[in-house]
Amino acid sequence: MKLDRRKDLLGIKDLSREEIDQILDTAIPMKDVIKRDIKKVPTLRGKAMVTIFYENSTRTRTSFEIAGKYLSADTVNLAVNTSSVQKGESLRDTLKTIEVMGFDLMVMRHSMSGTPHYAARCTKMRVVNAGDGQNEHPTQALLDMFTIREHKGTLENLKVAIVGDIRHSRVARSNIYGLSRYGCEIRVVGPATLIPPEVEKLGVKSYYSLEAAVKDADVVNVLRVQRERQQAGLFPSLDEYAELYMVSPERLKGAKDDVLVLHPGPMNRGVEISSSLADSTQAVINEQVTNGVAVRMAILFLMMGGAKDEIAG
Amino acid sequence: MKLLVKGGRVIDPENGRDELLDILVNNGKIAKIGKNIRAKDAQILDAQGKIVCPGFIDIHVHLREPGFEYKEDLATGTRAAAAGGFTTVCCMPNTDPVIDNMAVARFIKEQSQRRGVINVLPIGSITKKQGGEELSEYTDLLAAGCVAFSDDGRPVMRSDVMRNALEYSKMFGVPLLTHSEDAYLSAGGQMHEGFYSTFYGLKGIPAAAEEAMVARDIILTRLTGGKLHICHASTAGTMELIRQAKAEGLQVTCEVTPHHLTLSDELVGSYDTDTKVAPPLRSHEHIEALRAALLDGTVDCLATDHAPHHLESKDCEYDMAAAGISGLETAVAVIMDRLVNTGILPIADLVRLFTVGPADIINLPKGRLNISDAADITIIDPELTRIVEPEKFYSKGKNTPFKGMQLTGWPWATIVAGKLVYIDGNIAEE
Repeated sequence: MKLDRRKDLLGIKDLSREEIDQILDTAIPMKDVIKRDIKKVPTLRGKAMVTIFYENSTRTRTSFEIAGKYLSADTVNLAVNTSSVQKGESLRDTLKTIEVMGFDLMVMRHSMSGTPHYAARCTKMRVVNAGDGQNEHPTQALLDMFTIREHKGTLENLKVAIVGDIRHSRVARSNIYGLSRYGCEIRVVGPATLIPPEVEKLGVKSYYSLEAAVKDADVVNVLRVQRERQQAGLFPSLDEYAELYMVSPERLKGAKDDVLVLHPGPMNRGVEISSSLADSTQAVINEQVTNGVAVRMAILFLMMGGAKDEIAG
Repeated sequence: MKLLVKGGRVIDPENGRDELLDILVNNGKIAKIGKNIRAKDAQILDAQGKIVCPGFIDIHVHLREPGFEYKEDLATGTRAAAAGGFTTVCCMPNTDPVIDNMAVARFIKEQSQRRGVINVLPIGSITKKQGGEELSEYTDLLAAGCVAFSDDGRPVMRSDVMRNALEYSKMFGVPLLTHSEDAYLSAGGQMHEGFYSTFYGLKGIPAAAEEAMVARDIILTRLTGGKLHICHASTAGTMELIRQAKAEGLQVTCEVTPHHLTLSDELVGSYDTDTKVAPPLRSHEHIEALRAALLDGTVDCLATDHAPHHLESKDCEYDMAAAGISGLETAVAVIMDRLVNTGILPIADLVRLFTVGPADIINLPKGRLNISDAADITIIDPELTRIVEPEKFYSKGKNTPFKGMQLTGWPWATIVAGKLVYIDGNIAEE
């Protein structure tokens, strides 16, 4: 199956390697559009999309919105905190209301895992998951994979370490599902309380030692630490977390010389990543943001039915 | 008023019966059991090819009345029970108001006699308002017809309160039915903690949340000499603890549900809220352990934990959904199809686990076919194949993960005190 034949993009879990390749390949010409002086192609003129975010995220929502606009789709952001959601309206009713306004596609973020899956069953609109609870963040993983492929030339058989709060991370899960399609050796590392049960059955190796996990790594993906995890008693303090797991140039000495450092942002400098590393040439954190727009353009293009030959060349 | 149930395979484990027999019912009581009974003035019920058993008993249902009649009431709940082959159910006290006083217990007894179609026995709360602090008035509750005590759904977290409840209830010889869950370990959890909670990104509820409480309550039972019944036991560790407690001679019993015996946590991947239940659907290792415990006698009875919900509390985000399964109308068919027809569980064990098993836990003189006892009889058609269609349930709760499944072996007739209340798909309304 290809993405253009699918109603919804809910998770990397559901995608074949062929579909991932299709998205990443389509994102290449999209990135060229972003670099142009006139950043607009008429491909999705007459199509309408709405972003509905039940959890704060300025960058992901902005990224989807500008991706839609570059493709000439009409984009609307539903601000959830001021909408009827606060009045106790059910999600099904909210979706119906949006649907009958004529939207073709909805981008949804929700703090509860599986909500985009439920939403997809409630509505005829196409649904793109922009992050659901602890489950998946498919577009983040796709932009991470796009960035890795650009730098490494391939996704095949790389050694990738994912560092931090694996248990609660949808970014980690989507990356694991995606990279494992390409035979990557995936290592996850973090404090024992932040490693989910039976994680190795996902085909990854799990570590408590940062140095061991990054040894010979081609890529290190550093996850954001949520302060609420410390408040929930999962580790004693941010200082102790930094002592054990802050990724820095010194602690990456055992990795490959050309190791690529990713971070989904926003960063807690001095907690999960040192400033010296974040600002180094190994870190491609800003590139990830640009690539995010390109990948989301590719997804919107494929899902809202732009014809193949309309890809701006 | 005579009824002659003719030619069925009568399975009555307590009396060692398993043969083709007739049963004559007269004035609501069992008058005669034997071969080729003739009774010229009796209504004949041809039970050839059917399995005829003592009336099935479910000691764990939520009938929702008073307080939550939009989910279920005594009229619909008892009809669902009759359609599911049950002649007696025990209803849990998490109503509004809670069954923590005589008035509510009497209301349920009286209303179920008036508007219901089967026997309803209320369960009183362990603590007032199920608050986990002060004991309810057990003497009054027993006088009003309660048969056991439970704070189901709200585990008694305070160990001292549980100790007192076990000690105090000992005087009356009735069991405490516990929903064993350490609320701190399960907080925020949506499904069983294990590989699939990792895979689906839902917060897990570890088996230890149940086992820690089961262990505590067994230890308190040892301390007090009380009588403990573990509701909906769902883990391998729980079964091991109960096995040890029984070997030690403690008065500890347990029930398992049809869904925990047949459905695994893998099913949650659709984020279908009908799969959300407390305790959660477990992994295959646990299911295997429950089945082993069913066969070795560790499990005393089957119970549905019938938990009907209205559509709105299930048609929503997974985290927001109410936990529970509407189980009365599928329980027998699920066990027949998945465990009996597959050769895992002998049919006589199914009958025992739905009759004498539950009856003995609450000291109820039912669950056997004895002459001059009230004629509560359940008849199963082992050949009948049907698809589970929740929209056709008598229950108001259409919430079931068994929806759409094809099952073979369904209740065919339900007789309560000699009265045919359910026959061949229909409730016999007066």
